[in-house]
Amino acid sequence: MTVEQIVSETKDQFPIGMRVLAVDDDPTCLLLLETLLRRCQYHVTTTSQAITALKMLRENKNKFDLVISDVHMPDMDGFKLLELVGLEMDLPVIMLSANGDTKLVMKGITHGACDYLLKPVRIEELKNIWQHVVRRKKFDRKVRSNSDSQDKPHADSGEAAGIGKADNNVKINKKRKDQNEDEDEDLDENGHDNDDPSAQKKPRVVWSVELHRKFVAAVNQLGIEKAVPKKILELMNVEKLTRENVASHLQKFRLYLKRISCVANQQANMAAAVGTADSSYLRMGSLNGLGNFHALSGTDQLHNAAFRSFPPSGVLGRLNTPAGLGIRGLPSPGTIQLGHVQNSGHSSNDQSKLQSFIPGNHNTNILQGMPMSLDLDQLQNNKGVSHIGELPAANSTAVFPVSGSLIDSRIAGFSNNPLLGVTSNSLMLEGSSQQANLHASNLRDGVSAVGFQNGNTLSNFASIDPVSSQLRDSKADLQGQAAPINCNAGPMIRSVPPQEWNAPRKDAPYQSHLMSSSVNSSIPVNGAMVQLDQCLDRNNSIFHRTMDSDSIGPLNFVDPLSIKHGEGLNSAAMEPPVIEKEGYLMYQLRPHGNHIPDNIGSLEDLASAMMK
Amino acid sequence: MEVGQMQRRLVDYTKTLFMEGFLDAQFLQLQQLQDESNPDFVVEVVSLFFDDSEKLLNDLSMALDQPNVDFKKVDAHVHQLKGSSSSIGAQRVKNACIAFRNFCEEQNIDATLRCLQQVKHEYYLVKNKLETLLRLEQQIVAAGGSIPATEMGF
Repeated sequence: MTVEQIVSETKDQFPIGMRVLAVDDDPTCLLLLETLLRRCQYHVTTTSQAITALKMLRENKNKFDLVISDVHMPDMDGFKLLELVGLEMDLPVIMLSANGDTKLVMKGITHGACDYLLKPVRIEELKNIWQHVVRRKKFDRKVRSNSDSQDKPHADSGEAAGIGKADNNVKINKKRKDQNEDEDEDLDENGHDNDDPSAQKKPRVVWSVELHRKFVAAVNQLGIEKAVPKKILELMNVEKLTRENVASHLQKFRLYLKRISCVANQQANMAAAVGTADSSYLRMGSLNGLGNFHALSGTDQLHNAAFRSFPPSGVLGRLNTPAGLGIRGLPSPGTIQLGHVQNSGHSSNDQSKLQSFIPGNHNTNILQGMPMSLDLDQLQNNKGVSHIGELPAANSTAVFPVSGSLIDSRIAGFSNNPLLGVTSNSLMLEGSSQQANLHASNLRDGVSAVGFQNGNTLSNFASIDPVSSQLRDSKADLQGQAAPINCNAGPMIRSVPPQEWNAPRKDAPYQSHLMSSSVNSSIPVNGAMVQLDQCLDRNNSIFHRTMDSDSIGPLNFVDPLSIKHGEGLNSAAMEPPVIEKEGYLMYQLRPHGNHIPDNIGSLEDLASAMMK
Repeated sequence: MEVGQMQRRLVDYTKTLFMEGFLDAQFLQLQQLQDESNPDFVVEVVSLFFDDSEKLLNDLSMALDQPNVDFKKVDAHVHQLKGSSSSIGAQRVKNACIAFRNFCEEQNIDATLRCLQQVKHEYYLVKNKLETLLRLEQQIVAAGGSIPATEMGF
């Protein structure tokens, strides 16, 4: 108790001395920001490169309390950075931009920003940013200490639902907190040690990208509901990793998913309100230019995970996608382009059957042989091409592969999404979903791009790193948010018209092998290919298709050609055998109403059709 | 000219700049951030702004000069310029950027070219004014005086 008191003493000065990392490519603004922050008596570090910022944070995440970042940066999209930071380091991030569009602000929120400031920034606003640090610390502490101290029971109970879990945690936390009296005691990450004095202080585990990928793969394999720390630990097979580590990480992950899904949910609603057409979210952009997969790195805004907007109806459980999974900017370039071949064709909103994969119109060249992601260009089919942003190369960021389940949950969220308006526009989804040619071009790790519909299985999303690739959907309506496909090709999330995704969807375990497994999931095909950020430039659009396994007919997304449809996110962590490439998650939102355009129909069929 | 006179000149000059819309309240913030621990802050920021803007304007000219104009790129540049001009309080430049962006969205080449001219014009104007203002300040300091705080009485 004494020690903790001392610790809390030193923190009394807070917010004075709070350590902020400021990132902005504009030197004028950066200097101004730095000066303003200094005026607030914070300790400031600046950089004009997002990549440098990441490096600094990775070196020692405990060196900073808060990150402020500009949205538009040349080397990496601000949203991507946001996701990564949230995912890897779990630090509060504030976005800064001269553009105050509602959509952008919404995007910031869905990507996990704790605040969004407009330039020119005023000192009064900066004087209050410390609240985000405190807020997060408290919350995290609760969560962490809950999971740590409660370990097994906790983790297990958490499975119920991320949300439920969080609630549990909070409650439990509260109790403990009361006992502790002094919250500051728990500020320390190993806070739980306070509660259990006998426990040794374990060296902190750093959840690197690789590790996280394995984690996500393991979770996907088990299924988010069934993912228990013990099993995850076994699957991951990493030395020196304890169950407690996994448990606490799982906790965070669940929270992240929950956060995302909630936000996504709102977002979806908002999107609907705002109008689908241009939702910045998930816009199925035409694939053109997949080619740049590599180039895209960084800049793409990984639509992160924002698929969050979709309320996970049931699917949520699946959301395991780690909060920043992939969705947060996948650093590696690689755009996954979804060949939307069919936009027009399929917009069948009624298709609920996933089976029919984009039959018809596939204008897109779906994969002609779909080589993974490499041929994204081919896919481009006019509109609907979902452009999957580059999936960050495996080496990149820690984007955690989005667990397939995540995507599901996400997609689930879509159903509520009014945006999904899949109606008409859903073409995209429908068509596009089929087109899903998500080619994750970059997936270096072989993210398997799920070539939906068009059979073009998305090129392997190699390293599906955070998938935030944005699916640009021309039709945009779908708010599909491309969940970052970690390792796996970004799952295409089709925004399915607000239909609820029914349960089947969610339970479908994400199989990393989407491919062979029939994607019963309700493929949200509704074309609504996730709407990816409008930034067309953003390459990383990852389409997540959540496929509900049980749902709609067996979608087999087979990975025809080498396309691997990795359904479950990451089903593999980086080297998902299943998905050869990297499994991509295909989430298909199944519009209850709409129906997912058949596109997602068996991929195999599609693929074969395409292949010809 | 003696210090008092110079100071008065500075104050009046600054006021006109505000009245004419060249500068806005953000510039005041900049001035307030300058203090003994940071005596050259305004000069630093303004210089950075000049350098950055000139680069942006060049990039913009080049981008608009292409046979196939990439409006996304143009928009990105303008956005950046808008951000930095608003950060130092160069109001007219910022407004010109806003108009510019609207035309970019419409992908209207002629209009955007005109906007570019407008932005450039405003930029050079404000650059000139700021340089004059900073020079006045320097002279005052060199003569041993202190820079009077701008009072926005109006």
